Amino acid sequence: MFGYEFMREAFIASTFIAITAGIVGVFVVSRNMSFLSHTLSEIGFAGASFGILIGISPLAGMILFTLISSIAVGSLSTESSRREASISAISSLFIGLGILFLSLSSESSSYATNILFGSIVGISSTEVHQLMILAIFVIVVLFICYKPLAFDSFDHIGAQASGLNTRMLSVVFLITLALSVSIGAQIVGSLLVFVLLTLPGATARYLVHSVPKLLMVSVGLSLAGVWLGLYLAFVTNWPVTFFISAFEVIAYFIGLSYKNWKLSH
Amino acid sequence: MIEAKNLTKKFGKQVVFKDVNFKIDDGEFVSIVGRNGAGKSTLVKILMGLEKKTSGEIEMDHQGRIGYVPQFRNIDLDYPLNIEQFMRLNLKFTLNPQKRRKNNENVQAILKQTNLLDLKDRPLGLASGGEKQKAYLAQALVGRPQVLILDESTASLDVDVKVQLMDLVQKLNQEHGLTVLFITHDSDLTKRYTKRALLFEDHSVESIGVDEISEDMFE
Repeated sequence: MFGYEFMREAFIASTFIAITAGIVGVFVVSRNMSFLSHTLSEIGFAGASFGILIGISPLAGMILFTLISSIAVGSLSTESSRREASISAISSLFIGLGILFLSLSSESSSYATNILFGSIVGISSTEVHQLMILAIFVIVVLFICYKPLAFDSFDHIGAQASGLNTRMLSVVFLITLALSVSIGAQIVGSLLVFVLLTLPGATARYLVHSVPKLLMVSVGLSLAGVWLGLYLAFVTNWPVTFFISAFEVIAYFIGLSYKNWKLSH
Repeated sequence: MIEAKNLTKKFGKQVVFKDVNFKIDDGEFVSIVGRNGAGKSTLVKILMGLEKKTSGEIEMDHQGRIGYVPQFRNIDLDYPLNIEQFMRLNLKFTLNPQKRRKNNENVQAILKQTNLLDLKDRPLGLASGGEKQKAYLAQALVGRPQVLILDESTASLDVDVKVQLMDLVQKLNQEHGLTVLFITHDSDLTKRYTKRALLFEDHSVESIGVDEISEDMFE
């Protein structure tokens, strides 16, 4: 399998994507932002279409759109009650734009399918390097903000009371989330990138009880999902996204069952 | 010391309180009482820097060293952190081994002080109401506060648990000189644990002795 260059590239890219998504996912779930990450992936689709239309890379288009929309959501409101309505309004506009851009561009529909559902064969060395740099950037930012971000994500009221600038933290996190969506979509596609950004983090909550352990389990599940997915996709020629989402969903339900079993004993 | 001078807060044209003056000395245990909507929680938000005053002054000697213990937090049944890890959220990040050891010792001492040592591994989502309030208090103490604000912290607890929690706070007040602001609708607890109260009424604040407190001040 590793005799093929495209598989080597896909494994390297997926590893970085999985680590980033696993870390970001813990905070996505604890900040109740699963809906936003799903919407950002739809917005990412619009961004990629826009990139194709104006002749820049789909990744650059995705980053542009997800960054603008996440900062827009952040500045409209960081209060969760208003956030949902803001997200719906912004996402409707961007999804419409995505469809418009695709219909205006001359690319074939298979290109759109790749953006939506992901692909393991379409990643070049240059793109792998871009993904690695972006992933490392996200991980470094999260490491620097780790303590205050963990406090704000797991106890917003306590973080506010301790004098942390929770609004600024929210904006920084939205930026890292936007970048994670953009890089994750390159392998699993924009429609299902939120699987990696929510399920490993959600599963970890049923298994362990400290922030460092949540991060470790989430990254582990995320890595296991993409590695297994790539291997099975290579062997069967079925879509990688199917295997990744199937693995993460099964792991989630096993985690949930484990928690319920533990509660009843 | 906390001192308000002609402190005013308005939301648009609606006056919450106007030209309020009061002083709370270091180490005092003061109740803050008044009907719903009288401005008690607004004052707390101003003290914590979450709300801006409209005019006047509010001075605090220990800016930023506030421990806040509210009645509710967003802790559902699936909340993953255990009690000790929840407390640790309030620790500053450090790679210095000496500081890390000191932090660990401090956390263990607070666990003991708040009678949570045997419960430290329990997921907070599965803890009882009283255990949760103790965990909130313990987390606030990790930040080494000079001022502790109890915001209706005892409201949803059984009588025995209320007394346990308040005994603990009283001990902290007496032994460590912690200033305590106790926002409450419970006249019995007010009379039992505090000597005076700040009464929020008719857009103003008055300092009264706890003997003057009556049930109608809360309704």
